Amino acid sequence: MPYKLNVNGKVLEADVDADTPLLWTLRDTLGITGPKFGCGIAQCGACTVHIDGKATRSCVLPVSAVGDKAVTTIEAMENHPIGKKVQAAWMDLDVAQCGYCQPGQIMAATALLAKTPKPTDADIDQAMTNICRCATYTRIRAAIKQASGQKVTA
Amino acid sequence: MTLELTGASRRDLLKASVVGGGLVLSFSIAPKAGAAEAGAQALNAYVRIAPNGLVTIMAKNPEIGQGVKTSLPMMIAEELDVLWENVRIEQADNDPKLFTRQFAGGSLATPMNYDDLRKVGAVARAMLVNAAATAWNCPSGECKTAEGHVIHVSTGRKATYGSLAGQCAGVAAPDPKTIPLKDPKTYKIIGQPKRQYDTKKVVTGQPLFGIDVRVPGMLYATFEKAPVFGAKVATADLEAARAVKGVKKVFIVEGGTKLDGLLPGVAVVADSWWAARKGRNALKTTWQDHPTSKQSSAGFDKRAAELNAGAPQMNLRKDGDVDAALKGAAHTVEAAYAYPFLSHAPLEPQNTTAHFKDGKMEMWAPSQNPEPGRQLVASTLGIKPDDITVHMTRCGGGFGRRLSNDYMVEAAWIAREAGAPVKLLWTREDDMHHDLYRPAGYHYFKGGVDDKGNVVAWQDHFVTFGEGEKLASSAGMGGTEFPARFVPNCKIDQSTIPLGVPTGPMRAPGSNALAFVNQGFIDELAHAAGADPVAFKMKLLGDAPMVGTGPSGYNAGRMRGVLAEAAKMSGWAARDKLPKGTAMGVAFHYSHAGYFAEVVQATVNPANGAIKVDKVWVAADVGRQIVNPLGAMNQVQGAAIEGLSHALYQKITIVDGAAKESNFSNYPLLRMAAAPPVEVKFVITDYPPTGLGEPALPPVIPALCNAIFAASGKRIRTLPIDTKQLKA
Ligand code: FES
Ligand code: FES
Repeated sequence: MPYKLNVNGKVLEADVDADTPLLWTLRDTLGITGPKFGCGIAQCGACTVHIDGKATRSCVLPVSAVGDKAVTTIEAMENHPIGKKVQAAWMDLDVAQCGYCQPGQIMAATALLAKTPKPTDADIDQAMTNICRCATYTRIRAAIKQASGQKVTA
Repeated sequence: MTLELTGASRRDLLKASVVGGGLVLSFSIAPKAGAAEAGAQALNAYVRIAPNGLVTIMAKNPEIGQGVKTSLPMMIAEELDVLWENVRIEQADNDPKLFTRQFAGGSLATPMNYDDLRKVGAVARAMLVNAAATAWNCPSGECKTAEGHVIHVSTGRKATYGSLAGQCAGVAAPDPKTIPLKDPKTYKIIGQPKRQYDTKKVVTGQPLFGIDVRVPGMLYATFEKAPVFGAKVATADLEAARAVKGVKKVFIVEGGTKLDGLLPGVAVVADSWWAARKGRNALKTTWQDHPTSKQSSAGFDKRAAELNAGAPQMNLRKDGDVDAALKGAAHTVEAAYAYPFLSHAPLEPQNTTAHFKDGKMEMWAPSQNPEPGRQLVASTLGIKPDDITVHMTRCGGGFGRRLSNDYMVEAAWIAREAGAPVKLLWTREDDMHHDLYRPAGYHYFKGGVDDKGNVVAWQDHFVTFGEGEKLASSAGMGGTEFPARFVPNCKIDQSTIPLGVPTGPMRAPGSNALAFVNQGFIDELAHAAGADPVAFKMKLLGDAPMVGTGPSGYNAGRMRGVLAEAAKMSGWAARDKLPKGTAMGVAFHYSHAGYFAEVVQATVNPANGAIKVDKVWVAADVGRQIVNPLGAMNQVQGAAIEGLSHALYQKITIVDGAAKESNFSNYPLLRMAAAPPVEVKFVITDYPPTGLGEPALPPVIPALCNAIFAASGKRIRTLPIDTKQLKA
């Protein structure tokens, strides 16, 4: 059935089954391919989007459960006051290797900084549970510090 | 089974690149695609220059996160003498006629392309200089270049490359063999930290990857294969799958028996991937029995022990008299080591988009090795290779998994059957159940040290997979693997277990396991002799600069250099000041032409055996030039952390002929909270530059295990590490 979704500030309509995960609605139906598929079971975080600002793994969120909440994807981070700082730090330190996890990492980092503007290492450890198969963790940590205006050590 | 990038075959690849005269081809054939920018002129297959001075450079090899889309064009841009800001990079299609071998493997991109691509740039530069000299009616020797301009030295007259490129059409290119190259001291691009060309696209989530490909009218497919590798479909409820909303086509694929080719299974094609998966759930497929359905990791363990109890099946090396040396040794140690199968698990699941139309196949594939993929599609579908076009997409990780092209041939077959463009996408479970795994292995060691701390005896009975001399892919060990040639009495034997599990190269194939066992057992010998492991290992490396010659030569001097550097960086000499429960371990390994020594500091909690890796130090010698230090650092740090992940968590268990683990819930990968800082130092030596994506990985595993021993007194001989055994 058709669902009206509030994605990146626009109302978009997707005619999909109720059990379709938000990830596949975004990627296949709406053509928003920034959120990635890595595991499908909320393990890796590649599919992370913001639902009302909260980092959410969209591969296990049925479209029918989204309602009128604001869905924000990596595509809208350039207009997000914190997101764009995070992206700038990611670029400056050249965090990515393959880059496949990075949209999800940036969404998770942006949500962390929205809640905790100056995260400690322990905060980062706790919030950043996304998998980076290329293991760019050193630079992810450094980029979060840089984006939050803290001294970068790594 | 598939492209084998260790040992002899790796050297064959290198040879092919030289003998094939790829460079000449690249110069004699103009690119077929028209230049994208208005008025741009192609100078050769790699370089186009637009009138406004923008330079477009083709990236020849697949980008899998190793940074070659940036680092290879850097080589061309340096010799072309242009500003990096004015360079645009385009991913080349798979086109061996233009670009010779295009693959990501063996850490070979730098060594295979460093000379050729610099010459590509230098030849194009010479053509521009000649064009200017002709226009100015002066000898070309009176001209120099700088930042995309040709300059007449004495008059200061200047012309942009953009204004000259058009005059290069049809002009003969100078001979690349004799073209002079820059003095590296004058480099402005090579050796400078350059961000990945696509870094902005990555962080803004733009479509770059195979999974992001969209073709008009495209359908989505999922393909179900038997958990037991190669088993055929017994029953499947195709009608039930067809009844699912959105499902368009459901069919059985007969497939073949080659485990890296098209295997039997059921394809479900739908108007969305989610619908295809729901259709697949309705299939309730059952599978025919298969000869390998009784194989198991437990069975392999048992068989390995049995084989070790008997006489080895073959000998790989015999120097001196090991038995006599063991008898005469002051200290002897005996130990059994084992490591498991591993899944590559690149984060982007396997996929390919294929479109078969009017007898021609067009494909978009995240492959590390697209040309063999094209050949596989051609032979399996009976299409001429020339009728197949392969576009290379960015790969969400490779690690060796995408050297095989099983997903490509599946997509091609399904698309042809479906009569529409199709994106085939595997689930994570498909990926973990149908990998070409890093093979497991077993090593039964005996070693002896004399009273002066010299290793006098080394014996390894290696139990691996295969039949006789024909080994499973990446399951071999050369007879020159360190410490062979450094120990006077050395015997290396081998026995094999037949295997029905597909295996293949995984980042630093062979080495990722052999470093663990060899460097671990050497550490055991050091401790048996009561020696400082660094001093002991330094002594084992001896005084000779080179041991062996040719491709199997081992530069002991370079290894001593990195070992000394790793000890210095880490403060090894002061390690006894570390708190109780915290200790350092050291290891080194040579592979892929790179010399790496690494120190790990780890803390073991005696209450629960939990391990915390505090820090890793890496000393690396990959020759005289780091092409892109920013990318190189990332590669080395990532490799070290990946190695820790292998050691701490990763294991594929074979049960009833199939892989038991299915997703990151039961095949965990290391995450942020466990990632230590990794300090890296490149030791510069006057040797040709070589790759580093792979050789950085192997030493960290034994360095960690050796640190755990120093911290807890418990020796790790089986991976992954069982922390329960580390409780005090
Ligand atoms: S794809 Fe959603 S968490 Fe992995
Ligand atoms: S950069 Fe490859 S998975 Fe993170």
